[in-house]
Amino acid sequence: MIQISNLHKSYKMGSNSLHVLKGINFKIDEGELVAIMGSSGSGKSTLLNILGMLDIADEGNYLLDNVLIKDLTETIAANYRNRFLGFVFQSFNLINYKNALENVALPLYYQGLRRKTRQQKALEYLKKVGLLDWAKHLPSELSGGQKQRVAIARAMASEPKVLLADEPTGALDSNTSREVMSLIQKINDEGKTILVVTHEIDIAKMCKRIITLKDGVIIEDKKTDQILL
Amino acid sequence: MFSRDQWQEIFETIRKNKLRTILSGFTVALGIFIFIILFGFGNGLKNSFEQFFLDDATNTLWLYPGVTSKAYQGFKDNRRIEFENSDLIDIKENFTFFLENITPRINRREVLSYKGQSNIYNIRAVAPAHQNVEKTIIMKGRFINQKDIDERTKNITIGRLVAQDIFKKEDPMGKYIEIGESAFKVVGVFQDKSGDREERLVYLPYTTRQLMEKNNDKIDQIIVSFKQELGYVGALAFEKQLGDFFKSKKVIDPTDKSGLYIRNTTERVRQNQRFASTLQIIVAFVGIGTLIAGIIGISNIMVFVVKERTKELGIRKALGANPISIVAMILNESIFITTLSGIFGLLIGIFMLSRLDDQLEQYFILDPYVDSLTALIATFLLIFFGAIAGFIPAKRAASIKPIVALRDE
Ligand SMILES: Nc1ncnc2c1ncn2[C@@H]1O[C@H](COP(=O)(O)OP(=O)(O)OP(=O)(O)O)[C@@H](O)[C@H]1O
Ligand SMILES: [Mg+2]
Repeated sequence: MIQISNLHKSYKMGSNSLHVLKGINFKIDEGELVAIMGSSGSGKSTLLNILGMLDIADEGNYLLDNVLIKDLTETIAANYRNRFLGFVFQSFNLINYKNALENVALPLYYQGLRRKTRQQKALEYLKKVGLLDWAKHLPSELSGGQKQRVAIARAMASEPKVLLADEPTGALDSNTSREVMSLIQKINDEGKTILVVTHEIDIAKMCKRIITLKDGVIIEDKKTDQILL
Repeated sequence: MFSRDQWQEIFETIRKNKLRTILSGFTVALGIFIFIILFGFGNGLKNSFEQFFLDDATNTLWLYPGVTSKAYQGFKDNRRIEFENSDLIDIKENFTFFLENITPRINRREVLSYKGQSNIYNIRAVAPAHQNVEKTIIMKGRFINQKDIDERTKNITIGRLVAQDIFKKEDPMGKYIEIGESAFKVVGVFQDKSGDREERLVYLPYTTRQLMEKNNDKIDQIIVSFKQELGYVGALAFEKQLGDFFKSKKVIDPTDKSGLYIRNTTERVRQNQRFASTLQIIVAFVGIGTLIAGIIGISNIMVFVVKERTKELGIRKALGANPISIVAMILNESIFITTLSGIFGLLIGIFMLSRLDDQLEQYFILDPYVDSLTALIATFLLIFFGAIAGFIPAKRAASIKPIVALRDE
């Protein structure tokens, strides 16, 4: 599903350049649930943002579902993000003036679906994350865990090929973290390919495979015995 | 670009971001409102100006006799020149080519009495042509006519305020007012746009006045109106020839500047028109200034609005919004708000102006108005430049990398 080879990324700051990703290679198959581990500043988010086409690598190849992601115009990148990728962020990134239902329906709007269809689908996904009763609530009226579940519903609603989650439990306490991870496992069980960035080993162990980054290179890539929730 | 869905999305955004909507809407509405009011006031000023200065006939020459300053052909200097009835006839006979109307004027201040009440008024003894020259408007009855002149009748036409002072609610028509020894019959009431002073006058046949003054044939002034089609150059020629004619008739040194005075209104009219157009330019300047201020205001707000939404735009991009849809969203929203509030400000402004009407007349603002074309163009300009002002930051926001936009706090 995802195949990257020799991926490099540097941040230029004035005359300095910070080499963050120094040649990353891996292959992720359909239906995998992969944790990307590493200490703070090791380049996890940078990698995930490149995979999510929110940012661009300096060097290397990236194949998403056998499509080469390179030199895309912003319009095409937007289209691919919309159809292939779902995002879950540490800080939720819900639109604060839209209620849960409208937030979930937003990617469907950019898919060009009719309003009726959007509403139906959004409700369906809210139900899946157990928030049907909260559909009309604004993000400010939801708890952290609820917000993250709305964000997951939103990421799933567009039926992406891959779900990318950057520290989805980073802002949550351990109980809510488990709830969210349980939801992610459930979605994975339905066959979705998922990448989860985390620096907590407990969270990583709830995945099926752990890739560990250090100083911009992969130091470990191994299958793990998944802790099922 | 204008699907129903997109409008729904826009309405939703507008509805849920009231502060933003009110802020930009208010700026535009206020801009247009102030523009309409200022422009309207400017036009009101112009109106009062025109009423003050342009309501008398513009094609007149005023002749005043003076006192000579030079000895000439056996006459000593310091000789008082006088006009008499023969001068009127001479002008009529010698200047038919130029002449339109002619009237003498004899001014006196006298006591008018009615039912024991007395008051002093200015009384003008004139010929019927005076009505044209002064643009006197008859409200009731008639002006002095030729029959009054020929028969030296004791008929008078009185100003609106004279009628008000003397007769209060009574109908003045046909009533008799005492002037000096004799009683005069009111045959008409007039009004005059030049103001109160002109409406506190009484008109009398000039032949009657001469009869009252020992049957002389003296005249204070002569007012001559000339054919409009002569234009400015023709008027100057007429003035010159008339001056030469009178100087030779009254035996005044041609170089003597004080024996005879001629006032030519065309020069004044030209000045007034120049003043009026200066006023027009100032009005336009103020209007354009207001518009520019409005445009700058809405531009600032658009920059602020887009900046405030950077993160939201980043989220939308991460969810699949392409740059065009981002620009279209911001633009449609801003055009929608500016159009609505622009029209709102326009209507309020026009409504205010029409309510003011002549309430500000004492401040020389009379019937303030804005013609609809100017108002519409101004509104359109503000909307148009508001859109352009929105387009630039929208375009910039659309081209920010989503990851940068998402980092915005
Ligand atoms: N936009 C940027 N400009 C400059 N440097 C950046 C930028 N984004 C990240 N970096 C730097 O790149 C390195 C990797 O950052 P990244 O966010 O990928 O780390 P991370 O592994 O996600 O860390 P964390 O666990 O704290 O989220 C860090 O040293 C960071 O300071
Ligand atoms: Mg990170």
